[in-house]
Amino acid sequence: MSDTRNVWVFVEQDEGAIADVSLELLGKGRELADRLGSELHAILCGSQVDGLAQSLVAQGADLVMVAEDGELEPYRTLPYARVVAGLIEERKPYIVLFGATAAGRDLAPRVASTLKTGLTADCTDLQIGDYESKKEAKVYKDLLLQIRPAFGGNLIATIVNPKGRPQMASVREGVMKKAAADPSRKGRVERVKPRFESSDLALKVISREKRESTVRLKDSTVVVAGGAGVAGPAEFDLLRELAQVLAGELGASRAAVDAGLVHHDHQVGQTGVTVRPRLYIAAGISGAIQHRAGMEESNKIIAINTDPDAPIFQIADYRIVGDLAEVVPLLVEALRDKAK
Amino acid sequence: MPYRSVVLIKQVPDTHNISGKVMTEEGTIDRGALPAIFNPDDLNALEMALALRDAEGGTVTVLTMGPPAAAAILRESLFRGADEAVLLSDKRFAGADTLATSYALAQAVKKIGEVDLVFAGRQAIDGDTAQVGPQTAEKLGIPQITWAEDILGIGGRKITVRRAIDRGTETVECSLPCLLTVVGSANAPRPASVRRRIEYKLAATSMEYKALLAKWPEFGSEEALDAWLAERKLRIPVWSAADIGAEPERLGLAGSPTQVYKVNFVVLEGNESKDVPPTREGIASLVDELVREYIVG
Repeated sequence: MSDTRNVWVFVEQDEGAIADVSLELLGKGRELADRLGSELHAILCGSQVDGLAQSLVAQGADLVMVAEDGELEPYRTLPYARVVAGLIEERKPYIVLFGATAAGRDLAPRVASTLKTGLTADCTDLQIGDYESKKEAKVYKDLLLQIRPAFGGNLIATIVNPKGRPQMASVREGVMKKAAADPSRKGRVERVKPRFESSDLALKVISREKRESTVRLKDSTVVVAGGAGVAGPAEFDLLRELAQVLAGELGASRAAVDAGLVHHDHQVGQTGVTVRPRLYIAAGISGAIQHRAGMEESNKIIAINTDPDAPIFQIADYRIVGDLAEVVPLLVEALRDKAK
Repeated sequence: MPYRSVVLIKQVPDTHNISGKVMTEEGTIDRGALPAIFNPDDLNALEMALALRDAEGGTVTVLTMGPPAAAAILRESLFRGADEAVLLSDKRFAGADTLATSYALAQAVKKIGEVDLVFAGRQAIDGDTAQVGPQTAEKLGIPQITWAEDILGIGGRKITVRRAIDRGTETVECSLPCLLTVVGSANAPRPASVRRRIEYKLAATSMEYKALLAKWPEFGSEEALDAWLAERKLRIPVWSAADIGAEPERLGLAGSPTQVYKVNFVVLEGNESKDVPPTREGIASLVDELVREYIVG
């Protein structure tokens, strides 16, 4: 069992850049720690990361544990699992959070299995609350309520881990808000010395090919997205033009990506990016739950669809029943007129 | 050189076709209420294992944990080219979270014996956790290569794999044995071959004998049917909790630290919405409103 009620965040960095989701988690972690009356601790691993520690304090951490070693750059499962599981076993935090990135979803299950504790994947919300077990006729106080879509997004499940410690969860990128940095915040930085076994080094990274995406969906204030109802590349170009006029970004549903109309980097929804722009235009998107999960928190939604019963209309602020091939050029024209 | 591979597969409810109530009172899933399919990513894992065997020799064993009906995806794997199939089935496995599932799977892989490679799909469409692969690797004490896209080379006791990372790919080299989780874009799974479909049509687990006897009463008894299937290598073994030497408290609900506290159906919230006619005037007045409310411009 845990000795403390401390909340830990695994901070992911790659070549000195901290993952957005880690900063989002520090914001949420701070909130949870305050609710529990405990501390927020961050784990930072890499080869030269000491300089990043103070920025994590500014983001809300009370303590930053820094593990520096050449074996920790770039990310590999086993050396990282050795450090993270070792620290958890030694210090027994109450909650440990990971970003649901490729690395986070690789590391978290390995660590949870080592510790024989529970792990909930890809959460979209975290709260502290009580859980009454009817079977045991017992109330567990102040558990981590781990909220996530389940069953292909058709259900929202709240998962608890009443007895296993720590309570572990990975959290989807983009669903929690980054806290504002406070450079005057005070916190401790502690260096920890990793020790590896030879079996931890069974895997070597030979090369990496980074593909810098130029798609800035997450930060865009306007998203123009197309789906299965977009008849082909020419119609997608209409959406591109509209996005351009609005200084927005092009989005897509999975159907459009699967049809090869647009790259996966543009995909909004459960297996893509979660966005909350000021304006979201859904053209030819029926509004499957997997897509809505990634955009329904947009400030204003305009839906364009030939089918008046398309589910997307149920969450739209403006409903345009019509053919996007006609409606989108009209939008472009009206916007250009306004700009004159 | 020949390698011995195990592929972890799962039968999943087709989550794209959900209707009505499918959750039990405990919040677990009533799989019977939905059509059951071969988990999509697992087909890519199977294909990667089969392609490796076709190039290097060796064997491919498919393993699934599930109810008796999960034998359907084992047969499907045999149709597509798997050499052997094993069903892990026992009431004590029911209600398992990823920790308890990976424990049972790892115990079964150990029972299969000396294995060079374990393959699994990246994630299953019912839970979307992507946790069982890495957790099974941990229980087996072997390295994991998640999000595998392609085997670039294999020789002796080393494998080179290209894997997806956020915004790119990386190439890794790993010692064997290891476990790979395979992404859906890795390959195009081969279809079932007609020849193998005929050859393995009757492959069955002992849990299906009653139904088979009802269909073919000429076998007379379960024993006779069993002997007939065994002789033709059509008997799919069923392993219980005892068969894999599992500690009962680490299985199923008892061995699962996580519990479903509550489940909410996703309800579409009706909001105040405006109908905009798809005409030049309609669109112009919409744009006026958006500009007026500082949404655009």
